[in-house]
Amino acid sequence: MIRLLSVRLLQAILVMVAVTAIAFVMFRFVGDPVASMVREGATQAEKDAVRVALGLDKPVLAQFVKFVGQVLTGDLGTSYRYQQPVTTLLLSRLPATLELVIVATVLALSLGIPLGVLCALKPHAFFSRLTQSATLVGISMPTFVTGLLLILVFAVNLRWLPSSGRGDLVDIGFWQTGFLSLSGLKSLILPSITLALFQLTLIMRLVRSEMIDVLSSDYIRFAFARGLPRTYIYGRLALRNALMPVVTVTGLQIGQLIAFAIVTETVFQWPGMGLLFTNAVGYPDVPVLAAYLLFVGFLFVMINMIVDILYTFIDPRLRTR
Amino acid sequence: MATQSLMRRLPPVSVVIASLVLVVMLVLVIFAPMIAPMDPRDVASYSLMDMEIPPVFMEGGDSRFLLGTDNQGRDLVSVILFGLRISVVIGLGAVVFAAVLGVVLGLVAGFFGGVVDSIVMRIADIFVSFPTILVALLISGIARAQLSAETMLAWAPLVLIFSIAINEWVQYARTVRASTMVEIARDYVRAAKVIGLPSTRIMGRHILPNIMSSVMVIATINLAGAILTEATLSFLGAGMPPTYPSLGTLIRIGNQFLFSGLWWIAVMPATVLVILVLAVNVIGDYLRDHFNPKLMAR
Repeated sequence: MIRLLSVRLLQAILVMVAVTAIAFVMFRFVGDPVASMVREGATQAEKDAVRVALGLDKPVLAQFVKFVGQVLTGDLGTSYRYQQPVTTLLLSRLPATLELVIVATVLALSLGIPLGVLCALKPHAFFSRLTQSATLVGISMPTFVTGLLLILVFAVNLRWLPSSGRGDLVDIGFWQTGFLSLSGLKSLILPSITLALFQLTLIMRLVRSEMIDVLSSDYIRFAFARGLPRTYIYGRLALRNALMPVVTVTGLQIGQLIAFAIVTETVFQWPGMGLLFTNAVGYPDVPVLAAYLLFVGFLFVMINMIVDILYTFIDPRLRTR
Repeated sequence: MATQSLMRRLPPVSVVIASLVLVVMLVLVIFAPMIAPMDPRDVASYSLMDMEIPPVFMEGGDSRFLLGTDNQGRDLVSVILFGLRISVVIGLGAVVFAAVLGVVLGLVAGFFGGVVDSIVMRIADIFVSFPTILVALLISGIARAQLSAETMLAWAPLVLIFSIAINEWVQYARTVRASTMVEIARDYVRAAKVIGLPSTRIMGRHILPNIMSSVMVIATINLAGAILTEATLSFLGAGMPPTYPSLGTLIRIGNQFLFSGLWWIAVMPATVLVILVLAVNVIGDYLRDHFNPKLMAR
């Protein structure tokens, strides 16, 4: 197990180095960092001064080493657009994104797993066929269209829920939460449903196909032959094994989740990191783009590690290795 | 029992409907300039007098404009037909680009194995770990920083095709590599090697035809994804410009009028988009189940 984890760690470090290199290339070579820092109509002397101040006159390798040092200390440069440190910007947007993603994931898992199991146990029941067809529609429905329709129905026509923003926020130290106010919770409903729907369909289809696979395996038939109670067979024996790939895929889907969080946040003007990113694409605010890439790369590597560790807990066979 | 067997026969029916829908859409796309009641790019063909007319089935609808008009008085049917055209072309372009890249790299990796294989597959691992939309947005941001606004306009479709395909080729490469490794052990490939045929000929003329069916299945499933990604990017403002709108751009434009009650400007193109993607997905699902059950199950 230790060997397994150390190999994973090495891979993780390699990916991070690659991502850092890409981010560095973006910082350094995309657009002109000097032109975006100096005032309009600056003289050559002023530009040169900025160039030296930024260390752009040094060899590329030295710049890269300096860049890695800065990244490690959390210095990701200054946003062209907001003229603020990118790290501060990202951190201030983090609570919004995390709250949205967590609520959506909980929603998707708590609905997706039972629905998937149900469809697997009675694959030909009317309800299962209906759910199956509904997921195909769900997969074909782009996230932004789901969001638009929800806004149209619940915000424009019925006027029940707000269509944008986070509502009133409560400051608890370093974290601004929308969980503690009514308008905050109401604002969370539409975006989290939008984001959850996309995950829900994937989780449901996966649980269903895994469960069907597991149910036809020998050990389940033996369990039936032994006369073990159905709830025990389905709940403990079958579901446990069917959930293995779900953990992996949910982990791997984190990238998709980030991508769709970007879309959801843009549709609902949810002030999270995704919205910051889309705005940076249009500007274009290169330091924010590069920093976001670094952040996502880091997050992805971390989640993958966590999934691997989780795996060893779920699958006893991996523990002995 | 009767209802159950009927239910089981349902998928083919849905596949037939999906195929019909797709054929109709393709015909509409190809002959759009002839079918569309007006040319949305020709300013003279529409007038501000006709702006914001709701669809025919609503009160105040006008029989000239089946799906209503937008804020500039353009007929939505025509605008959507041309938008659909752009969406389909970019979707197909991305699929073809990704398939060619993936098939070539997958063949090479599977055929030669060893170091070549490791290098190609590690690169694939890195690409696949980042979601397509994120990579495409990054590329769009970089392109914007590097190119002037006019160049950006002219290159938008190519940038889109490139940024979608650069992530999607991995699926083809992985499948083709796996199938190539199976084929390479077969007698006909060994025979071809013994005769001394060049590697490129063995890959292209002997192995490729045998793995083409799985490539086609992936391509179909992939097409739905590519069209969705393009629409999403255009909706986010990182895709086709309003002067050459795809369906995604049209929805983005319509989004601005959602609160003024002009819902049809956004909902009509969105409906067409969902129908298109659903039709492709239904066919893709069917192909996957019937030709290659193990291929892309997860």
